[in-house]
Amino acid sequence: MILNPIRALGKYSQLLYHAFGALPEFGTYRVNLWQQMMRIGIDSLPIVMLAAAFSGAVTTVQTAYQLVSPLIPRSIIGSIVVPSMILELGAVVTGFILAGRVGARIAAELGTMRVTEQIDALEAMGLNSIGYLIVPRVLAGIVMFPVLYVAASFVGIGGGMLVGHFGGFVPIGEFLEGAREFFQPFDPVFGLIKSLVFGFTITSISCFKGYNTSGGAEGVGRSTTQAAVASCVFLLLADLVLAATLL
Amino acid sequence: MISVRNINKSFDGRQVLFDVNLDIQEGHTQAIIGRSGSGKSVLMKHIIGLMQPDSGHITVDGIDINIIPYAELRKVRRNFGVLFQGGALFDSMDAFENVAFPLRTFTSKSESEVRAEVMECLGMVELPDVGKKMPSELSGGMQKRVALARAVALKPRYILYDEPTSGLDPETSNTIDELIKSLADQLNVTSIVVTHDMHSVLNIADRAAFIHEGRMHWTGTIEDLHASDDKVLRRFVKANEYQIGV
Ligand SMILES: Nc1ncnc2c1ncn2[C@@H]1O[C@H](COP(=O)(O)OP(=O)(O)OP(=O)(O)O)[C@@H](O)[C@H]1O
Ligand SMILES: [Mg+2]
Repeated sequence: MILNPIRALGKYSQLLYHAFGALPEFGTYRVNLWQQMMRIGIDSLPIVMLAAAFSGAVTTVQTAYQLVSPLIPRSIIGSIVVPSMILELGAVVTGFILAGRVGARIAAELGTMRVTEQIDALEAMGLNSIGYLIVPRVLAGIVMFPVLYVAASFVGIGGGMLVGHFGGFVPIGEFLEGAREFFQPFDPVFGLIKSLVFGFTITSISCFKGYNTSGGAEGVGRSTTQAAVASCVFLLLADLVLAATLL
Repeated sequence: MISVRNINKSFDGRQVLFDVNLDIQEGHTQAIIGRSGSGKSVLMKHIIGLMQPDSGHITVDGIDINIIPYAELRKVRRNFGVLFQGGALFDSMDAFENVAFPLRTFTSKSESEVRAEVMECLGMVELPDVGKKMPSELSGGMQKRVALARAVALKPRYILYDEPTSGLDPETSNTIDELIKSLADQLNVTSIVVTHDMHSVLNIADRAAFIHEGRMHWTGTIEDLHASDDKVLRRFVKANEYQIGV
């Protein structure tokens, strides 16, 4: 991916093309989708919520710290923390955690299947290995990522609110007032679109890396690291592109 | 009937197969022999289209598998059972689920029918009690036998075996040889057995093909094999006889 970007991009597009072509046979792979949704979504929920709660809390504390003037109403903390969570932190915190967690796992799983000929075995039976292995993982990412994003946003806002209240920075009522005052209905829509794109980016890149593994156990290690790194890089890139085009 | 015509294959500029030809008749058991690294597994992967030749063609029942669309290739592959050299068991499933997988995926058999057939297949490889074990809990030879049970579960017309008896004790090897023979005789399966075990070649094969350094060096019947005075082939056979103490 770093040495030969054009060729990698070509192979990546080809893989997506084949995955798209396998969609009609989806009935065969339905069981896998459910399993992957559980693994990607439910299993990641605790760590995502933990990270979101802390990022919401930290944002509150920092905003309060920066508001030195007594002329500015404290409710402004709510009007900063809530949109930060919804627009950026909810999706990005979830994204980084899943790039490491889900991305690395997908690449290691598929990479091991590749080097131990399990993918060959699927193909030799007459199954479409891309449809069987990749489509459910990418779909699970697209479906579960927004769910995790919503959970992360709520928990993050909640964390910020509680720390604000009990830390003596801003009472809950004022926090919510500030949030309501500056609320844009498009913000959560943007966040959802972003999380959906992140879900697709992370799972598809990790599948690509894992599926094309070669070179034994060492190759699996390489794919796993590359999947996590590439997922993070393209996540940041997608974040910027979406902000520039949609906001 | 499977025909391999003028196959050439290179990996990263290093040629592995040179102009390989081979015909496998319906109902026959074809052994492919040769030293380690000579290209046997690569040839086997070409036969089911897991690898594409740089030039040349492979036809199965008259269908050129290198030019047909992927959907058609998958239909052709359904006629095959394949035992990979490393077993290639799905490590996320236990032994029972591995053998049940092709039955569940490609047939609409009821759960009790699937159960009965899986137990029959595991019985054939003399592993009736390992169903609940994960592949990582099985020895190499046991993994290989579970994989063999999975390869034959759908009673395919063609079975490719990549070293079915390597890593097995002589007694179990004989059982596997008998199994391969009985599948060939009773179900009229066309078998391709990649091996360097001359003992099983003599035991089960109708014909042998000897690959040497990526070239099809010699092909013929088992009787021809005994009579051949080809130096390289004799040396390979001799080395094996020495090993098995014939
Ligand atoms: N995917 C691959 N990429 C690069 N080289 C390969 C690949 N597969 C096989 N080779 C090379 O092709 C040659 C033949 O390999 P093959 O696996 O067919 O040997 P073999 O005859 O099956 O040997 P063995 O009896 O040890 O299994 C080897 O030199 C191997 O390094
Ligand atoms: Mg081999």
